[in-house]
Amino acid sequence: MRWRRCGEDAALLDCDSLDQMRAAHATVLAARPEGVVDLVPGARSLLVVGGVAAVRAVLDDADLTHPPAGEPREVTLDVRYDGEDLSLVASDAGLSAEAVVSLHTGAVYTVAFTGFAPGFGYLTGLPEPLRQPRLASPRTRVPAGSVGLAGEFTGVYPRESPGGWRLLGHTTATLFDPHADPPALFAPGDRVRFRSVG
Amino acid sequence: MRALEVLDPGRYALVEDLGRPGYAHLGVAPSGALDAASLRLANRLAGNDEAAAGIEALLGGLAVRFTAAATAAVTGPSVPVTVDGRSVGSHAPVPVRAGQTLSVGTPAAGLRCYLAVSGGIAVEPVLGSRSRDVLSGIGPAPLRVGDVLPLGAPAGIPAGADVVLPAAAPADLVVPVTLGPRDDWLDDPARGLSAWWTVTAESNRVGLRLDGTPLHRSTDRELPSEGVVTGAIQVPPSGLPVVFLADHPTTGGYPVAAVVRTAALSALAQARPGTRIRFRPS
Repeated sequence: MRWRRCGEDAALLDCDSLDQMRAAHATVLAARPEGVVDLVPGARSLLVVGGVAAVRAVLDDADLTHPPAGEPREVTLDVRYDGEDLSLVASDAGLSAEAVVSLHTGAVYTVAFTGFAPGFGYLTGLPEPLRQPRLASPRTRVPAGSVGLAGEFTGVYPRESPGGWRLLGHTTATLFDPHADPPALFAPGDRVRFRSVG
Repeated sequence: MRALEVLDPGRYALVEDLGRPGYAHLGVAPSGALDAASLRLANRLAGNDEAAAGIEALLGGLAVRFTAAATAAVTGPSVPVTVDGRSVGSHAPVPVRAGQTLSVGTPAAGLRCYLAVSGGIAVEPVLGSRSRDVLSGIGPAPLRVGDVLPLGAPAGIPAGADVVLPAAAPADLVVPVTLGPRDDWLDDPARGLSAWWTVTAESNRVGLRLDGTPLHRSTDRELPSEGVVTGAIQVPPSGLPVVFLADHPTTGGYPVAAVVRTAALSALAQARPGTRIRFRPS
């Protein structure tokens, strides 16, 4: 684990693993140090904007092998598994489409970090056979609510956008509404399950 | 209702305040006036809290009619300003009566003009801010002819200064930066960033795209996505840096060589395509 300078009032904590980042994130959230404006998890890092000295003090004294337990929020999304790439994912995995659906719905995911668009969460916990590369040529238009996968992540497109993830299906859930509180359905640390609906 | 009617938005006019920091973990950019110093100044001149919402007009060209008396101020680069055709000048508080039209001309240098009006633009805030984020589409849509923008109640008295000298928008900029967080992912980034770069026409509120001698990576490793700050100088595979501005993506997968000092961001907001930039690392 290593701190890296990131401008005048921010610092990036470079972590050895996603688990270590999660432990650091949970520790800082529980301690609520003064002056922190933004706390942004990455895949192997934690960006601290504002209150850097206070956060460093908290983490210097913390035992990250025993982070605060906390009660992760649980979100279940209903998905219609009719995605354009379901058969591609199935053939690359050497499985039937039904087996892909049961693998995807059988896992419990964690929102590791966000980005790409407001409300877009990168979810870890994808079963090994579903860890597949993104499409060779991205689509110019992916509909809102599309459920996809790429690399070690699965996720849901909050709104229509270009995208290169392999699409398994879609959900009618609202992933981001700037007028709602909280505005995003997914926040880092949340647990997510997918449920197949006719 | 105290309001402004948009008679001409010019090339591209947006409502902006000081943005919505604090939502980056949900993928929402800080947004806000790109040249925050100029918006703050316009607000002080108009007697507002510095954080009130105003209008950011790209290359000026804005014309608005007032439904009630107000104090207005235009800042950014030096630019012609008229009220009902009478020249009143920028960087000064301007009293405007109900029914009068204020027009902003085209600045000879620089990019973004700011109009503040006593009481501030009082459109409904979204996530605590009235700013338009062009990347995510959050906040009020770009202004169009006929838009009517409500104004808040005037809070204070306009600042006493009659005229404030506008900041120059030079053709060559030297921009102070701090190296990191990923300067070790690049070959001698301090030297590379100190060379002259040119602002390209692909630049916008998301980022300033630069052209010049490409920087080289010192490693082939793939960078796991990580949080980025405003002012981050990200180096994509092309080696041509992008300086992230207010509407930047909240995470990115390319190394950030250095971060622009906050005080220098306003000058970058005024850098036209063709402006030459060199970075001074510390």
